[in-house]
Amino acid sequence: MGMRLTLALPALLQLLRWLLLAWCGLLLALPPVARAEYGDVVLNRRAEKEGVRPVVFPHWFHRIRFRCKVCHHELGFEMRAGANDVQMADILDGKFCGMCHNDRIAWGPSNCELCHSGLRGLPSGINGGNSTAGPGRW
Amino acid sequence: MPSGEPVSISPPSLRRRWLACCFLALLLGLGMARAQGPQTPLAKDGLHDPASAAVHILQEPAQALGGLPPDVVGNQVRWVKALEQGLITPRADLLPGTTVRKLDLDIIMPRTGEMPMVRFPHRQHTEWLDCSNCHEKPFISKAGANKGVNMFQVLQGEYCGLCHGAVSFPLTECKRCHSVVRQ
Repeated sequence: MGMRLTLALPALLQLLRWLLLAWCGLLLALPPVARAEYGDVVLNRRAEKEGVRPVVFPHWFHRIRFRCKVCHHELGFEMRAGANDVQMADILDGKFCGMCHNDRIAWGPSNCELCHSGLRGLPSGINGGNSTAGPGRW
Repeated sequence: MPSGEPVSISPPSLRRRWLACCFLALLLGLGMARAQGPQTPLAKDGLHDPASAAVHILQEPAQALGGLPPDVVGNQVRWVKALEQGLITPRADLLPGTTVRKLDLDIIMPRTGEMPMVRFPHRQHTEWLDCSNCHEKPFISKAGANKGVNMFQVLQGEYCGLCHGAVSFPLTECKRCHSVVRQ
């Protein structure tokens, strides 16, 4: 029994060392996991059909500057993901995003690329690292 | 290998050096992972087109969120804490005629089966939201009137699940809502 232990221990140590090396290698070599921010919304119901990139709306950026109630109460955005069918014409008229994105509070609608910045082919929906079966479904 | 012979893969000094190297590499790897932060750069987040001019102009999440109280889920930010500590000062209204409404009232939801009861704090919610965001749809503003609220619905994105699981802390954090232990 003692003999078997003296035989097994160095082999085990060796294995452990290789595992540790492999783990370190993985840590150093792997690129960081690509993950959209929690609450990022992709809007692509019309964008690509109209020849522009999908819109990426970052909740995290906006909630640092405005409380939820500003957009979801004053501006009239529904709470349910997918329930807001906002068109560019509305924004140009100063409704919805256009309440702020008017070159006074935030950049105006002529800066197409700043909102229409998404990867082509993205489906509409709300993204994040911890989505459930709920609002993540569009 | 003949049995009984002492097995030595490497001399002890070499072995120590190996272990030291591995340890250092481990520390370096962890250090790099930490320095990178929990936020992914826009150009690599799988949503933004790296070819778009926007990725060079828009604010990076790590820059905006890095200094806020950390969380383990969602945006990795304790948003309520950030607000309470004054680390962020988001505007509460935009239009001149808007009344900013707040309410400090806890609601206890007792029918939670074997789970601790749910405490719903109006105070934290009305810091962010207006009454009309939840009342009278999806919640009727009368104690005991909301019989249909259950976790099946919430997990399907109804009731609390309209926000929790989408923008506010996700439904993996059971105890943040189920916080009142029955006596």
